[in-house]
Amino acid sequence: MNFIPKKWIPLLTTATVFVLLFSAASWQYEGFASMYVVADLFSENAFLGITAIGMTLVILSGGIDLSVGSVIGFTSIFVATMITDRGMNPIAVWMMALLLGTSLGALMGALIQVYKLPAFLVTLGGLFFARGMAFFVKPEAVQIDHPIYDSLGDIAIPIGGGAELGVAPLIFLSVFVIVLVITHFTRFGRNLYAIGGNEESALLMGLPVARTKIFVYTANGFLSALAGITMTLYMDSGNPINATALELDAIAVVVIGGTLLTGGVGYVAGTMLGLLIYATIYQITFFASLRSSLATIAIGVLLLGFIVLQKLIHRK
Amino acid sequence: MTSPVLLEIRDLRKGFPGVQALAGANFNVQRGEIHALMGENGAGKSTLIKVLTGVHSRDAGEVRFDGQSIEPRAPVQAEALGISTVFQEVNLIPHLSVAENITLGRQPRRFGFIDWRRVRESAQAAIARLGLSLDINRELCSYSVATQQMIAIARAINLDAKLLILDEPTSSLDEKEVDELFVVMNRLRSQGLGIVFVSHFLEQVYRICDRITVLRGGQTVGEYVTADLPRIDLIAKMLGKEPADIESMEAATAAAHHQDAITLEKGEHNPPVLQVNQYSRQGSIQPFDLSIRKGEVVGLAGLLGSGRTEIARLLFGLDSPSSGSLSVDGVHHSRWTPRRAIEAGIAFCPEDRKVDGVIAELSVRENIVLAMQANRSVVRTLPMKKQLALAQHYIDALQIKTPSTETAVGTLSGGNQQKVLLARWLVMSPKLIILDEPTRGIDVGAKAEIESLVASLRSEGMAVIFISSELDEVVRTCQRVTVLRDQQVVGELTGDDVQENRIMEMIASSHE
Repeated sequence: MNFIPKKWIPLLTTATVFVLLFSAASWQYEGFASMYVVADLFSENAFLGITAIGMTLVILSGGIDLSVGSVIGFTSIFVATMITDRGMNPIAVWMMALLLGTSLGALMGALIQVYKLPAFLVTLGGLFFARGMAFFVKPEAVQIDHPIYDSLGDIAIPIGGGAELGVAPLIFLSVFVIVLVITHFTRFGRNLYAIGGNEESALLMGLPVARTKIFVYTANGFLSALAGITMTLYMDSGNPINATALELDAIAVVVIGGTLLTGGVGYVAGTMLGLLIYATIYQITFFASLRSSLATIAIGVLLLGFIVLQKLIHRK
Repeated sequence: MTSPVLLEIRDLRKGFPGVQALAGANFNVQRGEIHALMGENGAGKSTLIKVLTGVHSRDAGEVRFDGQSIEPRAPVQAEALGISTVFQEVNLIPHLSVAENITLGRQPRRFGFIDWRRVRESAQAAIARLGLSLDINRELCSYSVATQQMIAIARAINLDAKLLILDEPTSSLDEKEVDELFVVMNRLRSQGLGIVFVSHFLEQVYRICDRITVLRGGQTVGEYVTADLPRIDLIAKMLGKEPADIESMEAATAAAHHQDAITLEKGEHNPPVLQVNQYSRQGSIQPFDLSIRKGEVVGLAGLLGSGRTEIARLLFGLDSPSSGSLSVDGVHHSRWTPRRAIEAGIAFCPEDRKVDGVIAELSVRENIVLAMQANRSVVRTLPMKKQLALAQHYIDALQIKTPSTETAVGTLSGGNQQKVLLARWLVMSPKLIILDEPTRGIDVGAKAEIESLVASLRSEGMAVIFISSELDEVVRTCQRVTVLRDQQVVGELTGDDVQENRIMEMIASSHE
């Protein structure tokens, strides 16, 4: 195995697991190997994908963000309420929602960096705060019925085989490409790896550690709000209970994607593969008419398998 | 035409609360020379380097670098001026590629995006400048520590450095790796770089350095051409001793040692408490023999980094040996761990008591009974009355100055913390106690008390291994001294031979 760089093993394993899983399902279930299913993988999990990409950045820097599920839930009900109950323009509402999510992220990042607080606790505070705010805005679901939502709902890019991608997966794929470029081709992206790899060394190398760490939580706040907006576009509604515990799914997707929870090692592309595995497992339970609890069990097993594998790789 | 003088430090002063770290230090480095900065602990070496690289600000003095007066406020500024530092610890990112480690934070960019082709070119050039050949695309952690060190140097000089500071770069390298590093250093010297070499290894300093500056007590003792400074003189200057001082002190201790020699002979039939044969640990100490009997105080003397603490850690089972055998009371032990050492009656007071020793938040009583408690199970705790009695006994016996048994240890003075640590072990009535720098950072009065305490432990029949940088203390306290240099035991002095100048000679003598 010497010809394969050690750091690529988790990524290659993830890719292999995905290919095997998808092939097995295609062989077993008629109609699984179709562009409809592919489009579904991206559409149904677009908001999870967006937030998992943000989570990848945070985890690469050696941190964690538990607030994302709550921020998504808050954003969905905030957007729905402002548009439906207050009759505001969706575009203005989106801007406000993005600003709120970004501000919360920046605030948490500043607390973590300036007061040297553990990210786990600060973002746990963020989790409760944002979820509380969601129910404060409106305690029940709100439908969105607005011309802009209607016309965005009409967007459909054909991807062959009669399948189409709607606006939600398009936002997700754009975020994926942009963040992929950021992590590989900007100093900010590389600094994330350095800080996650060894923060003390990064400081001594003269890298802007404080700025980078605060910015990564800020960016994740922005992406969580964007995931919340994407959710409203996909569901045409908002609900304060939306995305409860989604932060845990996001972390699972990131880890299955081969990113080390200790930071410094991982790829955004891995997170994409992690998401596809996650989505495929749920798709299989749907095709096989199995209970979705089996999918949850499978993801648990996969997660444990991956962390053991990573330990084995990095112990050498 | 540029002047040959690269760095000129005049009358540098820097004080911290309670200590004047630099009290008028001078230091000059020329282009194309390797200059050793020498001094024992607390001499001011690291403060000087930190002021020079902008980690600390200075109180007074002038630093002229490359013809102009400078005052960097952060390491980044110093680097921009051309002063780079490489530390003993490799401060790089293990899972990133070599190329990336060299260029991180200053990657060449095109339209705001990193130009990976130029990143690799630039890294390759930096590696080539050192005369190394390695794959810059591989992860840093796939290379040895020595190579990582070279990569750190490549990074340091990538930014057109004019002065390279190497702070203890050889501490974790083996002999062959040191040779490789020296090849690189020579190459950089011939390219006109000024190099400051900080090391505790005299052998290495004499091999590679053109000149030596000695610091002591925050002041410059002098600047010397390496070839003109005999080792014994260098050591005397570092330790701040004059031959006359040494002689007078020896007269005082000779009589005491004569007495010791007699007792020692009587003890010849007394079997050793602890004996090790050809014990070693790769990269930290060469094979050595050591044995210690009941009622004996054996000193470990040598400069900082010579392997004193490494021996202590091995004997207590904190590190595992690469070779050799160890026996306690004639019983051979193969898997030696601190737990077994304690069971066998060995105690260890580590060098840095803040980190390794007392628990500052706990009370004096809790700290004293800690080890004893650990030996009992959770349910069989020691009755409070017994605990209080024990604590009070040792507070009196060791004259620990504390308001009560329940005072938090962190609030006591350094000397008293040291005594609490000692009390914790004495509660266990060990057969052998290892004291690593027990008098570091405590005042003179407390030092004298610790010394007399060691004497009384010895008279009770306890064996003591005493480690100290202060030779006069070692000479006063020990009947037998094992002398170390460059991670190697170079000899042993007994009885009347335990004299400061004999120890210094042994440290200074070269391998041949």
